[in-house]
Amino acid sequence: MSSSPTENPWEYAPAPESRDIANLKPSYRMFVDGEFVEGNGAGLKTINPATEEVLAEVSTADSSDVDTAVRAARRAQEKVWRKMPGTERAKYIFRIARMIAERSRELAVLESLDNGKPIKESRDSDIPTAAAHFFYHAGWADKLDYAGLGPDPRPLGVAGQIIPWNFPLLMAAWKIAPALACGNTVVLKPAETTPLTALVLAEICQQAELPPGVLNILPGDGTVGSELVAHGGLDKVAFTGSTEVGKLIQRTLAGTGRRLTLELGGKAANVVFDDAPIDQAVEGIVNGIFFNQGHVCCAGSRLLVQESVAEEVLHKLRARIATLRLGDPLDKNTDIGAINSAEQLAKIRELTAAGDTEGASRWTSPCPLPDKGFFFAPTVFADVQQSMRIAREEIFGPVLSVLTFRTPDEAVTKANNTPYGLSAGIWTDKGSRILWLANRMRAGVVWANTFNRFDPTAPFGGYQESGFGREGGRAGLEAYLDD
Amino acid sequence: MAAPSTARSGAGLPAELTEATRDDTALRRFLHGLPGVDQVGVEQRASGLGTRSIKKAAKLWAIDTAINMVDLTTLEGADTEGKVRALCAKARRPDPERPDTPQVATVCVYPDLAEVAVDALAGSGIGVASVATAFPAGRANRAVKLADTELAVSAGASEVDMVIDRGAFLTGQYMRVFEEIQAVKAACGSAHLKVILETGELATYDNVRRASWLALLAGGDFIKTSTGKVSPAATLPVTHVMLQAVRDWYTATGELRGVKPAGGIRVTKDAIRYLVTVHEVAGPQWLTGELFRFGASSLLNDLVLQRRTQLDGYYSGPDYVTVD
Repeated sequence: MSSSPTENPWEYAPAPESRDIANLKPSYRMFVDGEFVEGNGAGLKTINPATEEVLAEVSTADSSDVDTAVRAARRAQEKVWRKMPGTERAKYIFRIARMIAERSRELAVLESLDNGKPIKESRDSDIPTAAAHFFYHAGWADKLDYAGLGPDPRPLGVAGQIIPWNFPLLMAAWKIAPALACGNTVVLKPAETTPLTALVLAEICQQAELPPGVLNILPGDGTVGSELVAHGGLDKVAFTGSTEVGKLIQRTLAGTGRRLTLELGGKAANVVFDDAPIDQAVEGIVNGIFFNQGHVCCAGSRLLVQESVAEEVLHKLRARIATLRLGDPLDKNTDIGAINSAEQLAKIRELTAAGDTEGASRWTSPCPLPDKGFFFAPTVFADVQQSMRIAREEIFGPVLSVLTFRTPDEAVTKANNTPYGLSAGIWTDKGSRILWLANRMRAGVVWANTFNRFDPTAPFGGYQESGFGREGGRAGLEAYLDD
Repeated sequence: MAAPSTARSGAGLPAELTEATRDDTALRRFLHGLPGVDQVGVEQRASGLGTRSIKKAAKLWAIDTAINMVDLTTLEGADTEGKVRALCAKARRPDPERPDTPQVATVCVYPDLAEVAVDALAGSGIGVASVATAFPAGRANRAVKLADTELAVSAGASEVDMVIDRGAFLTGQYMRVFEEIQAVKAACGSAHLKVILETGELATYDNVRRASWLALLAGGDFIKTSTGKVSPAATLPVTHVMLQAVRDWYTATGELRGVKPAGGIRVTKDAIRYLVTVHEVAGPQWLTGELFRFGASSLLNDLVLQRRTQLDGYYSGPDYVTVD
């Protein structure tokens, strides 16, 4: 068989990034009113998902800490931040951006340790994009009058923000940068399993002499999150995470008059036509579902491929996936790192077992798995039907479901047949077909002949159960301004 | 796994490939029916592979393998017998102080100097490659090109590097290019044929893919990027597309064909990037001088220098390797 791996004469020697660069401390504390303080919560231990060893202890918040932080944010908003001219706010945000860039290596290693993502991705994607979000929004701070949102748009006030574990620092940047640029102050809760880089960001803000209370960071689990969103002192809640929790938050906020934006799950279709650049489409499919172990809300988890090229695409796809290197996230040659938590690994296993039961054909990359840590080999399910759970539910792991279609209309129908609508991909050499299809896709982002491209200037957000509100670009400012 | 073979087009090929070269129309339909290449995508993937970090034993293996893949080249109007002899001596002993250093694959010269190289390399096991077919422009009558090839082969060249007629290719006269490659292949006899596409003049990746398939269909043992006389010469994305072509050819026919980037590859770091691309795009079978070559003049010195650095643990400097 032509795709079978033959005797390999060239094994890459390990090329690990040094973990000392992360400046890991034995314990981390929450950040409130410009100071690192001990929280009143139970405290948590954050682990390295690649080895299951404890990285650090982190103090967590309880309801009194949430209250203290929201009050500090209110004080800072009314006394300092909203009165400050945009040009001055911009200076702080530019300073934060530069300090992220200066400490990018440290942040990348820390992110890979805490999250399990390969250093290649934290180094080349997460951290530079996080810095780019601060740079971009710093530029807006003194130009809000010209954003097309009214002559004198005002900040909303205090924003409570809850972010997920898949892109810890990047999600923090997505949330914090526009909020601060628009004159709001922030209380942010990082994910329970990945609190570390957000707390280093707090340190950066302290060194940048950001006025106390403008940014507060409260680590903790979901109970801290629900305390925060229910707090009456907030003007706005922004959440990125699961659709299930998003619905709870929406219920909590209903009737309170507080603003809400939600960025939730997805089950994106990546549609490959028979005239597509096949080799690059294969790359795009791989990038779409295996980037960040598939822990991406906009992952291209459903491949819709035209029947006439399905066999060729699958053959090339399997050969390509077999070359992906899974292992130590700190190794610079690792393509697929660790699944973030035992809980997430169990969820992936449960859903893939359902795929077997429902009759899809499973193929798994022959890559070896490490003995320790949470790992899941890249997996492709062929013969998937719309009615199966693996075609409908978000797996949030390195698992691709492959479906086929015969005509462009069928592709549209199948692509849109989901309660979600965050992203979609189109692969064809025909420009007119890209425009035709993009107009019919119910998705917040449609990529054409590429996938998973992010930029602070491009708004990101979803349809239906993928949430509402946009982050990034001019449209993203609207979520933090009262016009 | 099939052994590297000198393939004859037409013999034992799958029906759709035999059919592809039936006439001008069929050939055009076949080449234009190949999947397109997305420029942004292939460049992104090529630069992504460029970030692989090759260390320690893997690096030393790569350096030795790369030395073994070098077609040590001199193609200047000012070439003389003396220059060629010096180069051949260098090919025999890339690092005189370290006799365990691998030999290069061939020495590559103009046809009129092929005989000198053959003499100088006698008994060494190192091949002699000669450019032919009115290299580098290829703007000559077919009779001249064939005579050029025959002279190179009769002088003892074991490999012939021909150039395709880019003018004919760009005007869509694919059958003309195909027949010319076939005729040169026939004139080569037992010598291996490398077909230079001159990708810098083909300009698009779609063209590179079509020209690659055209050369493979016509029986080229290797497809080669460039003459080194046109800028840009070899690039990673172009080599990437050509490696995909030989990989797809292998999938379709079971025959292994080679790829040779030439021009502009000067340092070890670049050579390793190419090897990573060979490894991860074509596959580990291609990591041999039988199937992958570097056309280069100055690359060998940097490989030797870096080899010493790996073995000694410190950097010696360019004065410690021989100039040629």
